[in-house]
Amino acid sequence: MTRQMSGAQIVVKALKDQGVDTVFGYPGGAVLPIYDEIFQQNDIRHVLVRHEQGATHAAEGYARSTGKPGVVLVTSGPGATNAVTGMTDALMDSIPMIVLTGQVPTFMIGNDAFQEADTVGITRPCTKHNWLVRDTNELAKTMHQAFHVATSGRPGPVLIDIPKDVQFANGTYVAPAKADKGHYNPRVKGDMDRITELAALMETAKKPVIYSGGGVINSGKAASMLLRELADATKFPVTSTLMGLGAYPANGDKWIGMLGMHGTYEANMTMHDCDLMICVGARFDDRITGRVDAFSPNSKKVHIDIDPSSINKVIHVDVPIIGDIGHVLEDLMKVWKSRGRKTESEAISKWWGKINEWRAKDCLAYTQEGKIIKPQYALQRLEALTKDHDRYITTEVGQHQMWAAQFLGFNDPNRWMTSGGLGTMGYGFPASIGVQMAHPESLVINIAGEASWLMNMQEMGTAIQYRLPVKQFILNNERLGMVRQWQELLHGERYSSSWSEALPDFVKLAEAFGAKGIQVSDPDDLDDAILEMINHDGPVLFDCLVEKHENCFPMIPSGKAHNEMLLGNASTEGAIESGGAVMV
Amino acid sequence: MNALRIKKGASRKSAYDLKSTYGDEIETHTLAVLVDNEAGVLARVIGLFSGRGYNIESLTVAETDHAGHLSRITVVTTGTPQVIEQIKAQLGRLVPVHDVHDLTVEGPSVERELALIKVAGVGEKRVEAMRTSEVFRANVVDSTLESFVFEITGSPEKIDAFVEMMRPLGLVEVARTGVAAIMRGNAG
Ligand SMILES: Cc1ncc(C[n+]2csc(CCOP(=O)(O)OP(=O)(O)O)c2C)c(N)n1
Ligand SMILES: [Mg+2]
Repeated sequence: MTRQMSGAQIVVKALKDQGVDTVFGYPGGAVLPIYDEIFQQNDIRHVLVRHEQGATHAAEGYARSTGKPGVVLVTSGPGATNAVTGMTDALMDSIPMIVLTGQVPTFMIGNDAFQEADTVGITRPCTKHNWLVRDTNELAKTMHQAFHVATSGRPGPVLIDIPKDVQFANGTYVAPAKADKGHYNPRVKGDMDRITELAALMETAKKPVIYSGGGVINSGKAASMLLRELADATKFPVTSTLMGLGAYPANGDKWIGMLGMHGTYEANMTMHDCDLMICVGARFDDRITGRVDAFSPNSKKVHIDIDPSSINKVIHVDVPIIGDIGHVLEDLMKVWKSRGRKTESEAISKWWGKINEWRAKDCLAYTQEGKIIKPQYALQRLEALTKDHDRYITTEVGQHQMWAAQFLGFNDPNRWMTSGGLGTMGYGFPASIGVQMAHPESLVINIAGEASWLMNMQEMGTAIQYRLPVKQFILNNERLGMVRQWQELLHGERYSSSWSEALPDFVKLAEAFGAKGIQVSDPDDLDDAILEMINHDGPVLFDCLVEKHENCFPMIPSGKAHNEMLLGNASTEGAIESGGAVMV
Repeated sequence: MNALRIKKGASRKSAYDLKSTYGDEIETHTLAVLVDNEAGVLARVIGLFSGRGYNIESLTVAETDHAGHLSRITVVTTGTPQVIEQIKAQLGRLVPVHDVHDLTVEGPSVERELALIKVAGVGEKRVEAMRTSEVFRANVVDSTLESFVFEITGSPEKIDAFVEMMRPLGLVEVARTGVAAIMRGNAG
């Protein structure tokens, strides 16, 4: 069926046909025709954020927690430029997102018109692909292509720039099934010879490890289930990147904790000493590898990834397998089973003996004493009091984020939303709004630092307007804690601009917005305060005053190898040399 | 072997030397990239090179299939084997890219560049310029009593050599197209 309608109607119709139920946005002159169409229908909810960056992170939270693409609608010029951080964030973390921007009318493009910006030019490097639509007849096709590109292969953000005259003009609508999707079609099936090679390596490995990442979660629930099957059938230990938490359950008995710069001692030692590393949907990021030339020196490395450019980018691997994690793991399990389900089980139990020795170091230990709340303790109590809830966690960026990754347990995929690749302060609060929109009945908590939280605090208005009971759990150390930690370890304790000066009274701030504020400073009051937060039916700003100079350990200093990990304050003197100091 | 093939291990250094974990010899490769001829596609390719710190030694682009709206971009680039692999993979995942061919490794190929070279002079120098142009099989496409414009086609090295010969003879200006390249034989 082809039908004539206005460009604005085409946009809304295409969104509906793509199954979109929620759009995060902010209006302005160049998108008024689309807002007018949104006003005249009831299938798509529009969430009015308070800043376009908020819209992008909310869309990311929505996408990450549902597996569906997030949709953003903003105006031209400043609306588009404000969305740049969120698109870059989504690109780094492979989050599917469709951003629709208004543009000045085609006949004014290039004239420095009011609120004109070269949006496709600005966003070319921070999207997977983008389009400027100059003809209303191309609009439907482009919309459907955009969904296809954003969600297939390695997911990512895409942008469609729509001039205002194109929104007003009439054109032909084509349905998704009829639309030309172009030639973009990344392969999902892995090469069977390579998969067989991996199965053979699994049979002879004495010290294997599975290193899983965000790609497992992106691939869908089935991939996470297959990862569990693989680990449970082979008894191989599993570690994960920050982005992959929840794909293998934290309460599973093959789980050895997160790896990387602030990962567990046992996970990093296992990576360093293993003889077979199976990387599943991760990308050997510098937070993971530490010093590249000392990275897991004696292992065979297998890399399963849907993006060919991830292979051999940082670490040379012996067996690359390009394909979708779900497809590859399914084939792998078939092949491995048909070959007789063999593993070096005796050697692997010995390997577990070694891992358990490392684990006995108890690398996350801290002491809660006196009248000051340790941030780790606050998170442990939060974990104890919320783990049985239908719970989603988002975070901001800093020490609190790493402690959240260390002290909260994720037993399912899509329950943990954090800004990994870009490390965007200000991500967590709007992301929690996006998650709560998608899961209205669930408990959604943003683990925040006071500094990060202030970066997008305007979204309190959004939470109130849409009655979203998001819990903002601020670990308030009155410091840009992670910056302060690096200055302590690297810059002679010269704390240059890492204080959070002139902080607001968070309780009053909450009340000013019409939300509930809770402040707690005494460890003895913590449990009651957390319960009060959970039980309050509405947004809560939870100001948890914590130890100001706590450092986040373990830590692999930048430029060091996995087995040169710092475990606590005692050993940090001179730990980071000038070579490492240039790294970020 | 194809005499026009650019030697491996020639040419400049890349900042990526520092990063490489294996095979750090710098190689020169000629890539043929088939793309949708849509707005911004060249910016995408160039942005990829500048954004990721890759080198472009030469780049040419033109529509080669009008009906299919396809353009061919020929890029000559340098880097370690690992970087070259990365460049190909990064190009390959751009949405408008159909195909990436590494002509340097996929078998013998032909590479040509065209240049227009203006030389001004009188007397003995003018005669010498004319004589040299014949040796290089350059054509005269414009002449005045005091100048020539030569047209020369060949490998980049041949053009380099001709330009060097013209320098003492009154070289005024050089315009070069960059390299166009194609595989030998009947395969597409
Ligand atoms: C937008 C942005 N600006 C700067 C940084 C650098 N940075 C990383 S962590 C951090 C401090 C965060 O402070 P806070 O939110 O209070 O968290 P804490 O580390 O104290 O837990 C800063 C400034 C960043 N990641 N993002
Ligand atoms: Mg802080």
